[in-house]
Amino acid sequence: MPSYNTSELRKGLKVQIDGDPYLLVECNFVKPGKGQALYKCRLKNLIRGTTLDRTYKSGDSLDAADVEEIEAQFLYRQQDNFVFMDNASYEQYELTKDQLDDAWKYLKEGMICSMVLFNDSPITCAPPNHVNLKVTYCEPAVRGNTATNLTKPATVETGAEFICPAFIEMGDVLRIDTRTGEYIERVKE
Amino acid sequence: MTSFRPSATWEVLQLRARLLRAVRAFFDTRGFVEVETPVLSADVVVDRHLDPLRTVLPHDPRRPDIGRELWLQTSPEFHMKRLLAAGAGKIYQVARVFRAGERGPRHNPEFTLVEWYEPAVDYAAGMATLSDLADELLGRGPAERISYAGAFARHVGIDPHTATSAMLVQRAKQLGVTAPESLAPDDRDGWLELLLGECVEPHLGVGRPAILYDYPASQAALAQVRSGPPPVAERFELYVEGIELANGYHELLDPAELRQRNRANNRLRASDSKSALPEESRLLEAMDAGLPTATGTALGFDRLVMLAAGARTIDEVLAFPIDRA
Repeated sequence: MPSYNTSELRKGLKVQIDGDPYLLVECNFVKPGKGQALYKCRLKNLIRGTTLDRTYKSGDSLDAADVEEIEAQFLYRQQDNFVFMDNASYEQYELTKDQLDDAWKYLKEGMICSMVLFNDSPITCAPPNHVNLKVTYCEPAVRGNTATNLTKPATVETGAEFICPAFIEMGDVLRIDTRTGEYIERVKE
Repeated sequence: MTSFRPSATWEVLQLRARLLRAVRAFFDTRGFVEVETPVLSADVVVDRHLDPLRTVLPHDPRRPDIGRELWLQTSPEFHMKRLLAAGAGKIYQVARVFRAGERGPRHNPEFTLVEWYEPAVDYAAGMATLSDLADELLGRGPAERISYAGAFARHVGIDPHTATSAMLVQRAKQLGVTAPESLAPDDRDGWLELLLGECVEPHLGVGRPAILYDYPASQAALAQVRSGPPPVAERFELYVEGIELANGYHELLDPAELRQRNRANNRLRASDSKSALPEESRLLEAMDAGLPTATGTALGFDRLVMLAAGARTIDEVLAFPIDRA
């Protein structure tokens, strides 16, 4: 099994611990006094979504997770199941809303996502960093106020709700950063 | 493309220049002489956890990888002590030093040390000079003195000089410290260092600088050990806002003792699967000839700039950290 040594540890690396794949979400190098170098890491279990704190010392090695990353197109949603297709093999994969975490909020038919397979089963799927979503419901716009510090919730075509400025109206298209869930701008389509 | 740009702002680089002038003014007015010593040397400090960069001085430019093995200095310590042995008085240096594998929010493999030596000065006076320098440069007042044992009693609730490794392992568990699985249960210093970093350091120098002193004898490095009980290393470190800023020694003078420590360090390096470093050196020759009593201190200049600038990472105070170098 391929492995990483501590000097290769970087945010975003996928490693395997006790049989489960983990994403390295934080990695901090510390070296107290004349002591040994330590790497303080926070890892996210890619199957369960739980987090784990681990400390490694220089010279330790970590197994690389046996995962494959593919480009997958979102096809359709059936209740809480989301169906994707591998763009290369045409193989279809299903993920539940729970497995998708917040990613379901951004999925529009035909969207190309980055999917992670573990033992040939999908475990997560990430939408593009920015997506455009049409507002299907919100309170009427506050006239004469274009300040962005006044906000309100808006429901979009995927059924998810986002916080947007008060001037947004039904039918407007919002550009959202999928990494933070934050409104970026109103898009003219 | 932005990769050619510095990671520090121009304001911070100007602050860096002002602090460098202030450092020189501090030592110049106190009668220290600024010296310059080699970065490349056949000798290097033998330490379990310090990994020097190696290079080669080629005999033939067409075979650049064959030649004399030289080390990039991890600190100017050896050369400056050789100057002391040759009769120099108070000396200081602003030195560029190199340490392999050290990269993080407070580490860059190439960095700047301010190092100084005061012959015929005792341990307490060495700490006083460090405290004065920190006060002069950061304006946070004189440093309070906390012994290593006192700090452990307060923040860990254990006596670091008498506790067994089993007691340290258990205490770390009770305090919820995440330990590396590969840390051997009998690696007493490893556990002390872990507890220091996790439970003690974050409290040191908060509000007011702190000097931690009287380290365990097993962590003496190049400091003298004062006989006990318990025996302690006459070594001290300065902390400001939990950040380790300087390390000082009441210098070890006994060459036989240094030879023994070098052998022990190489044994530990071997147990970490690291190569041995040369145990004999011109520093040992100087010590054989006779090194005067002295204290010596090294201060991380980049971290000092970090504190003065309110920076969270070393990259904010370096024009070009290693990834942009």
